Amino acid sequence: MSTLENGTRRSPAIHAPGEREITFGQAIREAIAEEMARDESIFLIGEDVAAAGSVFKVLVGLLDDFGPDRVIDSPISEAGIAGIGVGAAITGMRPIVDIMFGDFTTLVMDQLINQAAKTHYMSGGKLKVPMVLRTTLGASRRSAAQHSQSLHALFSHIPGLKVAMPATPYDAKGLMKSAIRDDNPVVVFEDKMLYQEKGPVPEAEYTLPLGQADVKRTGEDITIVATSSMVYVALEAADKLDSIGISAELIDPRTTNPLDTETLVQSAQKTSRALVLDEGYRQYGVTGEIASVIADGAFYYLDAPVKRIGAMNVPVPFSPAMEDLTIPSSDYVVETAKALCG
Amino acid sequence: MSEKKENMPNEPGLDAEHWLQAYEQMVKIRTFEETANELYTSARMPGITHLYIGEEAIAVGICEALRQDDYITSTHRGHGHCLAKGAALDKMFAELLGKEAGYCRGKGGSMHIADQETGNLGANGIVGGSAGIATGAGMSIKLRGTDQVAVCFFGDGALGQGLLYESMNMAQLWKLPVIYVCENNQYGEYTHNSKAAAGSMVGRASGFGVHAQAIDGQDIRTVHATARLLIDRARKGGGPAFLVCNTYRFHGHHVGDIDRPYRTREEEAEWAKRDPLKLLEDWLAKSQHVEADVFQRIQQDVKTAVDEAVDFALDASFPNESEVDRHVYA
Ligand SMILES: Cc1ncc(C[n+]2csc(CCOP(=O)(O)OP(=O)(O)O)c2C)c(N)n1
Ligand SMILES: [Mg+2]
Repeated sequence: MSTLENGTRRSPAIHAPGEREITFGQAIREAIAEEMARDESIFLIGEDVAAAGSVFKVLVGLLDDFGPDRVIDSPISEAGIAGIGVGAAITGMRPIVDIMFGDFTTLVMDQLINQAAKTHYMSGGKLKVPMVLRTTLGASRRSAAQHSQSLHALFSHIPGLKVAMPATPYDAKGLMKSAIRDDNPVVVFEDKMLYQEKGPVPEAEYTLPLGQADVKRTGEDITIVATSSMVYVALEAADKLDSIGISAELIDPRTTNPLDTETLVQSAQKTSRALVLDEGYRQYGVTGEIASVIADGAFYYLDAPVKRIGAMNVPVPFSPAMEDLTIPSSDYVVETAKALCG
Repeated sequence: MSEKKENMPNEPGLDAEHWLQAYEQMVKIRTFEETANELYTSARMPGITHLYIGEEAIAVGICEALRQDDYITSTHRGHGHCLAKGAALDKMFAELLGKEAGYCRGKGGSMHIADQETGNLGANGIVGGSAGIATGAGMSIKLRGTDQVAVCFFGDGALGQGLLYESMNMAQLWKLPVIYVCENNQYGEYTHNSKAAAGSMVGRASGFGVHAQAIDGQDIRTVHATARLLIDRARKGGGPAFLVCNTYRFHGHHVGDIDRPYRTREEEAEWAKRDPLKLLEDWLAKSQHVEADVFQRIQQDVKTAVDEAVDFALDASFPNESEVDRHVYA
């Protein structure tokens, strides 16, 4: 994973210099720990989340801090723990359900889509489901087709669910805290390649609203919209574009549902060109929705069609010789941006 | 059926030569896995892998009772099943290294080896994910009217998955020739099964009326004798069976799990005394008077074959870029 070069700030508007830096994984852990300390109705359940502190070691220490009643190792029963999450949420708890790999969210589809997402509406607003389902996305770990998918588009499609996909430690912490406090089911997708990524996170308490995009870099010539780890690919591309005289503005929606359409449209109106980048499949992916929002809102300002870049429409192959081909690269982003600006 | 550790009588008809063949298969798996571990630690293998070391008696004991046209479904810890069902060393290693000469042209890797020529319908990265597939193969056998059998391998962790129970219920309803083999190596990742599986393991299947029993998975003679009975029964229309094989993985959950803080070195040492290869060696030496140099020769021959296979795989080429979007659709 590329880190930020040339001292580029991820969120120039938000951070002051001299802040402490922590990793993305630590940010997630801090968010959960702070919220659990604040609100006793929060509990965490998942496979190897307690004693082992999760397979990505993100949750180490929570068991010691909060005990086995609130940090619970479950059997390998994804549908079951999601169901327990829904039922507990309806009856006054605030569960955080941990699904180890995003690929395994397919096992919880009914509980999430038919139950969690519908309960508030079907009950005429009487019942609510304040639960968080946290899981992963992202390829490039040589883990093959069943441990590498980015399935956030499936959930972004569903009214009643919210979907967050933070890129930076700062965003991860702020969005996770808001997700936990939200009265709706929120799915948080964390790129497993980002857990070791460091960034500034203030010591002081803060939250970030769900549905507010962040301008990761300002620019004049083209808007690049990127999600999760693709933000880093886009930053790398923006640096390369800079060196050939193209100034790119980088917007991270941070949540795909709700989507901050205003920030996206305003940026595209300013730059008159837009490119949308996401690690999910291009076909029927979140890039389609975002591109359409921009095309609608900035139509009279655009000098070129809105372009989309996503993962290749294939199951993620194991072999390194093939896997890397399926993930968007900064060079490809640069080429696409150059063509749009040409 | 009660949860009891049964010691099946040793099948008559099986002579020392037969058991030496089984021994060779176990040595092959052991050596393959040790080599895979070396490939990982020397950074020559992409990704991670789950070693089958310690559990060899189960795959070999069961697959030696199967015909080539019988089916198996396998797991993330699948190398042993694939090899026991007849997979070739060179194509296995090539797949682990992501090479085009591998069983799946480098697309699947360690966790997804499939080889329909030996009846291997595929390893699976989803815990319990193959319960439905094996049962579907059983359905197909019944509808096509053959006398094949399907064996579904899975770990004790898969007992948490609802699909297994839906599948076993239907297999019993329709008398499908499926043997559900639970490799109970005590842990699912870092969690002991006492914290993950309530009640009786065999009771889960006997509740559906499925023939269920638990056996010593370290003793290949027990595994094999039991497998022969259950497979024969299924072949003749007697329906499914559920077999819990008690065992232990001698290494970590995967090759990167070195410290193993979730279990004690004492527990590991206890199980190490019940090394399935050693148990068979001891029995062959004592009861069949096989000399020590016979075992050594087998080990050496296997090592030579494994070394050749690794060289082949290391030298093999990666797939072309054009391979990447082939096989998305049939
Ligand atoms: C549905 C699903 N959930 C979680 C995982 C992650 N995972 C991989 S292996 C494993 C443990 C499996 O334990 P068990 O079935 O006992 O097999 P063992 O590894 O012990 O052979 C887990 C939880 C997975 N692959 N699939
Ligand atoms: Mg196990």
